[in-house]
Amino acid sequence: MKGLLLLVSKSIREHALSSWVTIVSIGLGCGLTMAIMVITSQAERTFSQGDVGFDAVLGARGSALQLVLNTVFHLETSPGNIPWSLYRQVAADPRIAHAIPYAVGDNYRGYRIVGTVPELFSEVEVREGERFRFRAGGRVFHPDRMEAIVGSTVAQESGLRVSSTLNPYHGIEFDESARHDEQYTVVGVLEPTNSPSDRVIWIPIEGIFRMGGHVLRGSGDDFRATEVETIPDEHKEVSAVMLEFADPNAGFSLDQLINKQGKVATLAWPIGASLAEIFRKLGWIVRVLELVAVLVVLVAAGTILASITNTMRERRREFAILRALGARRRTVFAAILLESTTLALLGAVVGFAVHAGIVLAAASLVRAETGVVLTLADAHPALLLVPLGVTTLGALAGVIPARSAYGTDVANTLAG
Amino acid sequence: MLLQIEALRKSFRDPDGETLPVVDVPAFSLDEGEQVGLRGTSGSGKTTFLHCIAGILRADAGSIRFDGEDLSRWPEARRDRFRARHIGYVYQSFHLLPGYTALENVLVGMMFGEGIDRARAVRTLESLGLGSRLDHRPRQLSIGQQQRVALARALVNRPRLLLADEPTGNLDPAHAGTALERIRESCREVGAALLIVSHDPALLAGFERVEEWSVLNRAFDHAAGAGAPEGGADA
Repeated sequence: MKGLLLLVSKSIREHALSSWVTIVSIGLGCGLTMAIMVITSQAERTFSQGDVGFDAVLGARGSALQLVLNTVFHLETSPGNIPWSLYRQVAADPRIAHAIPYAVGDNYRGYRIVGTVPELFSEVEVREGERFRFRAGGRVFHPDRMEAIVGSTVAQESGLRVSSTLNPYHGIEFDESARHDEQYTVVGVLEPTNSPSDRVIWIPIEGIFRMGGHVLRGSGDDFRATEVETIPDEHKEVSAVMLEFADPNAGFSLDQLINKQGKVATLAWPIGASLAEIFRKLGWIVRVLELVAVLVVLVAAGTILASITNTMRERRREFAILRALGARRRTVFAAILLESTTLALLGAVVGFAVHAGIVLAAASLVRAETGVVLTLADAHPALLLVPLGVTTLGALAGVIPARSAYGTDVANTLAG
Repeated sequence: MLLQIEALRKSFRDPDGETLPVVDVPAFSLDEGEQVGLRGTSGSGKTTFLHCIAGILRADAGSIRFDGEDLSRWPEARRDRFRARHIGYVYQSFHLLPGYTALENVLVGMMFGEGIDRARAVRTLESLGLGSRLDHRPRQLSIGQQQRVALARALVNRPRLLLADEPTGNLDPAHAGTALERIRESCREVGAALLIVSHDPALLAGFERVEEWSVLNRAFDHAAGAGAPEGGADA
């Protein structure tokens, strides 16, 4: 074996350029394939099956997907508002454990501002067994004061901390000229949750109602709240209500009631099913990417075949010399196979680096856009199967030149 | 008796499909440690004869007994093992591996025999005056130095028999004699018998026993007339 390794390492070094081109192309194919499989699977799992703390979202009549994207991932625009009375109605339903209203439409330097109630932080679990936690010195806002709670990413990127003040900007896109006059004081910074909530600033829902320029149309007529006046419930409206069921069958019956029979609102339930729809629709893109990656791997395997075959003419004499020194046919056969396998194996190692680079870049992008965290430490079967497949393919690519080496005619080659 | 050959025949097919006898040696023998010169013109089947002895080619008929065992009946893999352990071979063009250093060329020579022993490989090269050329590749060595590396590779496994095929053919006459003497001396040191082939009568003048290939080989006229290939194809 020591001898075979000497032969293989010499050959790889002798043909360094073609060896490296082969290794890098295998690495790209291998890394690309692993990254595509890992990222799509992890993204689908995180987006569709991730525990978001709620069972359903109630919102304006329209697209359930848009509703989920807007309320759970804080992306997209709100599909519209629903009256406060509907919120009160579901909140009073015994099948509902928690109903948390969201009101959206403002931002602070691009970070979304969501109006809600203090119960979001005191009663709801952000995921199974885990509530929002405040960093030292933080607390929940008072529902009637101009106080704010900021997510961890917002705090880290904007520098906002407890006692900082901020003025919201109108709309979901940052526009310097759309600054509201109201000033909020930060009373709490949340610990990271590795969820889209990390990129949100939370204020009392009353604050959204009273924000200058906001018009409430809960009753059908325009209503502008003043600073001191109590807002009648009929004028209030919310963007969505996040629901946590007390009764596991509530989803089915509410779905019948709201989606099938009703015409005012949409119930996005289950939340993951709405998101899975995206992946179903975009599945073909993933398949195309996977196909491209597999083709890259196949081309890389072809590179192994070509690079070794191209050197066979000059190496035939080398094999004849080795045979004359006592190497058996199967030894030279094994040397070529070991060489092609080694090239593929080194390519697979490079592939892990390529995979890590792509996943880290994608994770950074996804986190910046959605707050969702993708991780390198995800034990996907592709991380074993792809390198194994690539190495096997590399070994197979070596069979043709290995057979040629096996058949080397010693006497004729040495005489030539 | 180290080597005993009887009724050895080897022929090839020419391009017209005709059988061309190249080697037809009724009897030839070599004692342990004996040094024999084999003189004959180029292209008359001498290399084929050596290839048969080394087990590179399989004889069509006859026996090649080495230490009493007939290697002509052995399968190829066994002949390969035998060659690696008991035969050293020096070629006219040395057949060094160009991408390997002098030391690596010798190590490769050990790979299929007793196994790699770096210290012994270094000692063998040093004994041939190549201690300062261990990391040189063949193209960085003179012809004489290349010949010594080839000799080191052939002797490093301490073979029982060294076959030398025109080993000084690429050297100028001034160095050929010295090189030949080095080969003979090295064989004595490791206790190997030597069968050396040359077309140069002057070179073999110092040998106690010199065989005429034209006498030894009954197919000489056929082989020489048709210009038998160097080593030939394994037919």
